[in-house]
Amino acid sequence: MPKPKLPSILLLFLCAALVSAGPAAAQDISVGEYASLTGSEATFGINSDNGVELAADEINNSGGLLGGRKVKVVVEDDQSKPGQPSAAVKKLINSDKVIAVIGEIASSRSLEAAPICQEAKVPMLSPGSTNPTVTEKGDYIFRVCFIDPFQGTVMAKFALDTLHAKKVAVLSDVTSDYSKGLSQFFTEYYKKNGGQIVIERSYSGSGKDKDFRAQLTAIKAAQPDAIFVPGYYTEAGLIGKQARILGLKVPLLGGDGWDSPKLAEIAGNSLDGCYFSTHFSAADTAPKVQDFVKKYQAKYKTMPDGMAPLGYDAMMILADAIKQAGTTDGGKVRDILAKVKDYDAVTGKITIDANRNATKSAVVLRVDGKDNKFVASVAP
Amino acid sequence: MARTISLLRRSHPEKVGLRQWQAWEHGNMSGTEFFQQLINGVSLGAFYALIALGYTMVYGVLRFINFAHGDVFMIGAFAGYWLTPKLMPHFPGAWMPVGVCVVLLTAMALCAGLGIVIEKLAYRPLRSRPKLTVLITAIGVSLLLEYGGQYLFGPDPKSFPDLITDSALEGTGALTITRSQIIAVGVTAALLAALSFIVKRTKLGLAMRALSNNPTAAALMGVNLDTVISFTFGLGSALAGAAGILWAISNPSIDPLMGILPGIKAFVAAVLGGIGNLPGAAVGAVLIGVVETFVGGSSFSSYRDAIAFSVLIIILLFRPAGLLGKAQVEKV
Repeated sequence: MPKPKLPSILLLFLCAALVSAGPAAAQDISVGEYASLTGSEATFGINSDNGVELAADEINNSGGLLGGRKVKVVVEDDQSKPGQPSAAVKKLINSDKVIAVIGEIASSRSLEAAPICQEAKVPMLSPGSTNPTVTEKGDYIFRVCFIDPFQGTVMAKFALDTLHAKKVAVLSDVTSDYSKGLSQFFTEYYKKNGGQIVIERSYSGSGKDKDFRAQLTAIKAAQPDAIFVPGYYTEAGLIGKQARILGLKVPLLGGDGWDSPKLAEIAGNSLDGCYFSTHFSAADTAPKVQDFVKKYQAKYKTMPDGMAPLGYDAMMILADAIKQAGTTDGGKVRDILAKVKDYDAVTGKITIDANRNATKSAVVLRVDGKDNKFVASVAP
Repeated sequence: MARTISLLRRSHPEKVGLRQWQAWEHGNMSGTEFFQQLINGVSLGAFYALIALGYTMVYGVLRFINFAHGDVFMIGAFAGYWLTPKLMPHFPGAWMPVGVCVVLLTAMALCAGLGIVIEKLAYRPLRSRPKLTVLITAIGVSLLLEYGGQYLFGPDPKSFPDLITDSALEGTGALTITRSQIIAVGVTAALLAALSFIVKRTKLGLAMRALSNNPTAAALMGVNLDTVISFTFGLGSALAGAAGILWAISNPSIDPLMGILPGIKAFVAAVLGGIGNLPGAAVGAVLIGVVETFVGGSSFSSYRDAIAFSVLIIILLFRPAGLLGKAQVEKV
């Protein structure tokens, strides 16, 4: 490479200085977001990003933050692949100079990016990563959703007390921290309260395994009353379809990883009557929820799933924290985020606890064709 | 947490329970489970065999591994995804099986064309170069198809349309045999027989064997190398295309990277059976499928691929040329 001439470099700096030297009030506030816009968990990223965008538009239309500064969301796609989140977040922090980062739904990918945000002292808000270890990465890492010890308990209680299932099989994704954690917490509670885990099998997620007949045949031989499948929707859909073909006529149970319009598209009607826990039901009659559903439908012409309001809530809580801090300084915004109490969000009242997790309710939904029917709401 | 139970009980608006689900009829499951896993494994092996045949044919003729082969398999699935809604409405009711054949054959023809084009554009100009150059080019073509596919079809998984309603057959007792499994095994067996016939009994097959034996001598005897090589690539790619559609019927979620893992496993199957040997590829594929299924059903399911590939290593330690391969002396 030829050595660049000094004057041209100076000129470049000058230009940059001129561009960035506008009046301070008009300067945008850059917020980074990394999401799985493509790949095996694409609907998680697309829908949570829709939520973030909806919130940012609302903030900007009502006058922006800190005296009229607009929020600019810089989005990076991590392709649902390991390795990509760290690259995305490094770019957001180092070259886009974002003041905070929103992301990911999948816990394995949040776990990858969290240490980078912590190191750079840039607050990170995960909309939907439920594995408890995510926020343990440091005091700049927050989430606006519940965690898996709670979600696992909810589904274990549901299996025991509502379904009266005495024997459950567990089929989890060995490549996902979310799946491993959720199956662990489910198993702990279920066993302690008299349930029996008759068989545990695993598979490789992220679009790797497509044939689950081997595991399902073994599960069928163990004769469970229900099967807990704490994975993501692409695999859960195929597992449902193959389970029915193999003649496994017991309900499948899942977590918020099932919450995607793609689930029924892949599963057909094979998961009808099965149950999963998630963050939000569009059928909730609370005015805050109905208001969000109306706005979302007007903009995106589709019903929101559970990930969309989480993205919305993450952006709104972040904006609120910036407003209260009166600055975009990472440390100050972090301090406000750590003190969030009874924030009235779309996905319920959010209180950030000492471990920077949100305590709030979960809902249980029943799969019914392309719709999910509301079954129960469970408070922490 | 104590509150949760009461809340659950109070707030669910409908009757929820296990009553509508099946209660287990107790019986001797262990024998059934064994045979069910065997059926699962053999049919999984049949998919791998269809892909492995393409690998092994190209190797037999050119002594070169076409790493883009697994991605031709993916293109086959996407061709089916694209053709089904366009062609199937023309074949209502009783004509449906004809429609399925038309979709299958059209996709196979498309893949054959793709295979021929790949060979012509990417491999033929390098034919006189070292084998390693062609090998690296093959990896490049593979990546081009994978990521070009992401650009063209979108990277998120698509739900494959119901070309054949995949249902379990009646009258098999406690065992489940599905239509797609029968079709996969049947199609694989038929194509294997057809291939053996082509290679052993036809003039083109004779030319393929001659080329495999000694390309220079074959060319001197009047064998048109380009035609034979194009034919080999076309045939192998058509098989991969068929495998793609059958796989997608059985596992209806397709994406541009779906060919990587089955491609690797089929390659392993071809090596295991003795690369260059057609029945060997089928035997190797069924073996891989069965081992993988039995490990997947055992409590070692997390280590499924690791154990399946260890079997390969162990077999190759004892039979370096593969199960049905003949050891060859390399002239230096």
